Amino acid sequence: MNFTSIDSLQSAMREKHYIAERGLATSLYLALKLNRPLFLEGEAGVGKTEVAKVIASLFDTDLIRLQCYEGLDVHHAVYEWNYTRQMMHIRLLEARGDRASEAELFGPEFLLRRPLLQAIEPSREKPAVLLIDELDRSDDEFEAFLLEVLSDFQITIPEIGTIKASNPPVVVITSNRTREVHDALKRRCLYYWIDYPSFEKELEIVRTQLPDAPAQLARQITGFIQALREMDLYKLPGVAETLDWTTALVALDQKALDPVIVDETLGAVLKYQDDVDKIKGEQTRLILERVNTEVG
Amino acid sequence: MSGQFLHNLLLFGRVLRRLGLDVNPGRMMDLVSALDHIEIGRKPDFFFAARTLLVHEREDLPLFDEAFELFWRKPAEANWTAQWQGLTRRRKKSGPVVTHPPLKEAAPQTNETDSTSAEPMTVIEVTRTYSDREILRHKNFAEMSVEESEAVKQMMSHLLWKVSERRTRRHRPGKGSLIDLRRTLRRSLRSEGEIFSWAYRVPKLKPRPLVVIADISGSMERYTRLLLHFIYGMKAALSQPVEAFVFSTRLTRITRPLQIRDLDLALKNVGDLVNDWAGGTRIGESLKMFNFEWGRRVLGRGAVVLVISDGWDRGDVELLTREMARLKRNCHRLIWLNPLLGAADYEPLTRGIQAALPHIDNFLPVHNLASLEDLAKRLTNLDRRS
Repeated sequence: MNFTSIDSLQSAMREKHYIAERGLATSLYLALKLNRPLFLEGEAGVGKTEVAKVIASLFDTDLIRLQCYEGLDVHHAVYEWNYTRQMMHIRLLEARGDRASEAELFGPEFLLRRPLLQAIEPSREKPAVLLIDELDRSDDEFEAFLLEVLSDFQITIPEIGTIKASNPPVVVITSNRTREVHDALKRRCLYYWIDYPSFEKELEIVRTQLPDAPAQLARQITGFIQALREMDLYKLPGVAETLDWTTALVALDQKALDPVIVDETLGAVLKYQDDVDKIKGEQTRLILERVNTEVG
Repeated sequence: MSGQFLHNLLLFGRVLRRLGLDVNPGRMMDLVSALDHIEIGRKPDFFFAARTLLVHEREDLPLFDEAFELFWRKPAEANWTAQWQGLTRRRKKSGPVVTHPPLKEAAPQTNETDSTSAEPMTVIEVTRTYSDREILRHKNFAEMSVEESEAVKQMMSHLLWKVSERRTRRHRPGKGSLIDLRRTLRRSLRSEGEIFSWAYRVPKLKPRPLVVIADISGSMERYTRLLLHFIYGMKAALSQPVEAFVFSTRLTRITRPLQIRDLDLALKNVGDLVNDWAGGTRIGESLKMFNFEWGRRVLGRGAVVLVISDGWDRGDVELLTREMARLKRNCHRLIWLNPLLGAADYEPLTRGIQAALPHIDNFLPVHNLASLEDLAKRLTNLDRRS
């Protein structure tokens, strides 16, 4: 699919149940046009990862996900040799009275392709979507390596040679800011900060994602979550929590919010005991009263 | 694209750079090519395109928004110039600032640096003999003359800082218990695939990140200047990230201004950034702000936290207890440095200290050079609990 305007991209995303605001659509559109990675930051649960999934489904292509963690290295991100198979191969040949040559042992059939290598595979007909998730969890060493890969989309494996993408992937990088990602890497990317959505947008998300939820319940939940985000909490609920909570309440066959059910299911929304203690009871009642007058 | 528009665009880039945003010619070129893909006439699209390419820090977004709004508006409007001036005053204070507003009282003063350059001999005189240095090492920071504190600053810069290491999730070859299959196989190929010796790997070590949260309230005033020097010196000496914050009634992050190589300029910039020098103390609120805004961002990777305060708190004790507990849970070591602890008859009786004590790993003095040397020693072998 080829998008000719920001509008067409925005509405195509909407059809895939992703409600993107104008700014995000613009960044994404330009990332596609300029072949630059898109760097998404925002609090947990605002739909950063979802963006990559939607693009992959729009282009009907593979989504390759690299989940970052501390100590992530070339052998887990790019390639590794399958040592057990190599050893078996040596033994098999030995049994036949043969010996293995090094070139044979380090050939493509013993190569384990990790996400980055998969994404730049020259045999790909269309560009894949490469999601580098939670980059802030990796370390400086990996960031430096990634910068190199992203600048020319090629990887050198000493035993095989250089592999270069014929169709470079669409790259989406996400970060939760548990650590500052280096400027050099950010400079290569288009940057977008995904904020918590407004009431209208969040309600639209709930409606498109969970069409089964009763209208009144959806409004109340959205209003309640929006009110929570204005409070002094250690961890504010994201859109993911809104959807989880709605799913839970629909499963419990709730038609509307009441103080008792809110207190009982607050664990789906607030993830720190301090926060739960703060809201439970009195605060729940107050917020609910306010929400009911506001959303009718 | 008209020549006039391009001219304005480049001018806009320069304005942003002046405001302290990281805008370089490469990015401006990207923006020009991006404009081929959008309708420039639609202002929101142009705005978002410029923003996604020229900003890559969340903190810079509001500044950009305001600058965009002002720049792409007709200058004919009233008070346009005044608004620009207002914006320029709010520029990011991270880079070296060329002009300075007058310094606040507790910030390092210009005339003082002048006095050292006028008579540098005095400084050398004071630090020359062994016994002089010994006396100075044990002299309380609060009782020092200007010359003595200059000499101590010199001596401080020679302190060796090193924070103990933690194991990372990366490995390197070494004598450990983990098998290194890659090297084992490589080695075995020399003997036709027969494994005669196993190769092992051990976790790589890295120094722990350090976070310093210093009290600059009124009661700490006599120590503040030297302690800032100490923080600066520590940050300059350590290779790992060192995050620095100061507080009296509210918390200010001073990591960026401290990064400048020129110490005097760095301290001046810190002075400009902080609004509550020598104010009241609200440790609880300040720590809460730290935990909420920064905790998740700077306490990862087994950080060591140094809180420097005398514990004279006018805020909510319950809040302080709660936030200390939270801070303790999120770091590897929590060390409280108290300048009052240097006095022989001091007892930690203030409410603040009483509330904080149960959550502290080490409670140490920080009143003279000898205590800093002792701290330096402790930081190198933190994992031996004492």
